[in-house]
Amino acid sequence: MGTLNDFRMETRAWLEENCPESMRGPAAVGEEDMIGGGKKQVYKNPDAKVWLDRMAARGWTAPMWPTEYGGGGLSKDEYLILQDEMIRLNARSPIGGMGFSMIGPTLLDYGTEEQKREHLPKIVSGEIRWCQGYSEPGAGSDLAGLQTKCEDAGDYFLVNGQKIWTSGAQYADWIFTLVRTDPQAPKHEGISFVLIDMDQPGVTVRPIKLISGSSPFCETFFDNARVEKQNLVGQINRGWTVGKRLLQHERSSISGLNSGGRRGRYDGMRGLTDVAKEYVGLADGKLADATLRGEILVNEMNQRAFGLTQQRAMAESESGGTPTFATSFFKYYGSETGKTRLELQLKAMGTQSLGWEGDMFSDEEKTLTRTWLRSKSSTIAGGSSEIQLNIVAKRVLGLPD
Amino acid sequence: MPLVLNEEQNMLKDAAKDFCGNNTPISQLRKLRDDKADKGFDEPTWQQMVELGWAGIIIPEDFGGLGFGYMGMGVVMEECGRTLTASPLFSTAVLGASAIMNAGSDEQKGELLGQVAGGELLLALALEETPHHNPYGATTKAEKSGSGYKVTGSKKFVLDGHVANKLIVVARTSGNAGDRDGLTMVLVDSDAKGVKVTRTFMADSRNAANIEFDGAEGVLLGTEGKAADVLDRVLDTGRILLAAEMLGSSQECFERTVEYLKTREQFGVPIGSFQALKHRAAQMFCEIELSKSVVLEALSALDENSDEIAELASLAKARLNDTYNLVSSEGIQMHGGIGMTDEYDIGFFMKRARVSEHTLGNSAFHRNRYGETQGY
Ligand SMILES: Cc1cc2nc3c(=O)[nH]c(=O)nc-3n(C[C@H](O)[C@H](O)[C@H](O)COP(=O)(O)OP(=O)(O)OC[C@H]3O[C@@H](n4cnc5c(N)ncnc54)[C@H](O)[C@@H]3O)c2cc1C
Repeated sequence: MGTLNDFRMETRAWLEENCPESMRGPAAVGEEDMIGGGKKQVYKNPDAKVWLDRMAARGWTAPMWPTEYGGGGLSKDEYLILQDEMIRLNARSPIGGMGFSMIGPTLLDYGTEEQKREHLPKIVSGEIRWCQGYSEPGAGSDLAGLQTKCEDAGDYFLVNGQKIWTSGAQYADWIFTLVRTDPQAPKHEGISFVLIDMDQPGVTVRPIKLISGSSPFCETFFDNARVEKQNLVGQINRGWTVGKRLLQHERSSISGLNSGGRRGRYDGMRGLTDVAKEYVGLADGKLADATLRGEILVNEMNQRAFGLTQQRAMAESESGGTPTFATSFFKYYGSETGKTRLELQLKAMGTQSLGWEGDMFSDEEKTLTRTWLRSKSSTIAGGSSEIQLNIVAKRVLGLPD
Repeated sequence: MPLVLNEEQNMLKDAAKDFCGNNTPISQLRKLRDDKADKGFDEPTWQQMVELGWAGIIIPEDFGGLGFGYMGMGVVMEECGRTLTASPLFSTAVLGASAIMNAGSDEQKGELLGQVAGGELLLALALEETPHHNPYGATTKAEKSGSGYKVTGSKKFVLDGHVANKLIVVARTSGNAGDRDGLTMVLVDSDAKGVKVTRTFMADSRNAANIEFDGAEGVLLGTEGKAADVLDRVLDTGRILLAAEMLGSSQECFERTVEYLKTREQFGVPIGSFQALKHRAAQMFCEIELSKSVVLEALSALDENSDEIAELASLAKARLNDTYNLVSSEGIQMHGGIGMTDEYDIGFFMKRARVSEHTLGNSAFHRNRYGETQGY
């Protein structure tokens, strides 16, 4: 324990010294609140770049990845301490994105040594930003029905087809994709997992606007896009296995599983009960609207139980959280409960929560409108709630097809 | 905070699972019910449980117990829940023991706890006076009389009240129903003059009694007028350990249901292939996973004597009320007609679920209480 405590003290001192003042607390208006990195990243606040570089130099942008690939090499306990200490300072996460939550962990599981050495350090440093090319217009929940073609052209592969809902494609440098390499084989057995450099004429992206007004995702077109052979992950026609593992990493990240369900995790938003107290008020020490109070209590207590379950899952997995099929349960429950929480926040704030633009609404209120709309995607993206329940029923409970 | 069991606790759990599976299957409860057995539990089985040390799990070694803590008692309760074991474990070794441990004088502890651990003494907590849990609602009066107190009033739903040797009566020495101040615990022998015990037969085939006190004499347990704090701790201990029992029952009921979904065929396929049932089963799985976590956290809080005991007790009891209710109702629905028959065991779970739900606070009670602990 002595050494863990040393680690905590040392971490605390280092963060105090190295986390720029403006990287503590929520992003100022007009600044990006989450840095994604990559060649197209603009750092509106130069401190964001300083913070990223300092953290990356210690490997603390990917704290638990092995040091030989640029990671921090921290144990699970050390990682939790780092998190605690960042929360203490209200330090913003220096960088995030699919490199960290999806393709990085998948390469650690399935990549060759060369692939790990090539790609992981560039994720850690923020040099390369990744996006996910899974879904197609005809293949959403039924992902294995995908049709984007990938043909062997001798020294390299050629890819043709279309992906859709590609989050962040307009900012990304590379895209990891599932493609069809054997159209004759049964649908799960003719799929491969390839990494594609987007900086080439054969790749174009077109943003799509969402109900929240922003355009976080795109259509991505491949027209004779070239892929070097060393960018095939796993074996040819065996990409489904790799792709499924990546989905488990994605789901555990969406459900906050990696963060171990710490209470009070800093997410820049005030708690539901604080908001309700302000907008609804207290009477005799209780929220003045008794029905709303009851609904909020159900949600708060579910959130608390869910957080404890995340901690339990962390405690149970010695390895620090290799995802299993149980990630479907976390993805399902976490996203549904989160969605309900935002609906309750709307109820608590009334019409002030539904402002779209202009000075009659505070920034917090307008942000909530967007957050609420965006939250609806949490039960669709990464495999819908219905699909997660299918997986739990089949893989965890063993119910027949 | 440990959300996983240690090795000793795991061993105890395995032993309890074996014991309950072999000695107290649901068929035992069914037989006790059909025979209208006097005690409502099987005395030789209870004595075996005592020999295993279960009656003294939470009692410190100095007082003749095992000193094995609440997590230990929790895993035993959980396994008893799986087989719906009827025994005085909860009334005596949880509620009774913790009342004596928290409120008793050194002399009382020295005298009584050893007897509890040794299976020689059965206790019951006489608290409720209405059909709803109301911890501070006592109107039953206690009046000083010589070196003791005289108790007058009537109590309902006293768990194991018809077999207990001593009754821990929550009475009032001052104030009005609902006041925390003025509550006093009095220890009354159940064969004392002025005590009239009437056994009640409940839907879950477990034991309770209504008890009339007419100037019955007893001795003080704790401090006159100041029982509320101790009572809170005793009730929270009860809520958490009952939640542990409910967790075991919920898991067993759910597993039986999932098994049925795999074997029962309609339309030429197992009914478990129907998505309407699959999704509901998966949702129940989620609720049970969350239930495991809150029970473990609450048990640890008791072991650590943490200042979050009250909120975690309410979190656990509310959640287990709801989960057990859901799982037992769905258990019947998903079994179809056979689930409605007395011959089939699944109905026992629903009956027990509802009685446990109303014991020591339903979900509305505990959500309200949780909100109070959080300042809203
Ligand atoms: C904000 C956002 C970001 C996204 N980002 C990406 C990304 O970066 N990369 C990427 O590849 N994809 C991304 N997606 C796509 C996402 O993975 C798909 O939207 C999702 O898999 C659902 O597919 P679909 O939209 O075609 O809906 P459909 O599959 O058509 O589903 C429609 C409805 O039918 C239900 N349904 C479908 N099949 C079943 C079934 N077997 N049983 C019961 N119900 C069923 C679904 O649950 C849903 O309610 C993103 C989506 C969103 C909303």
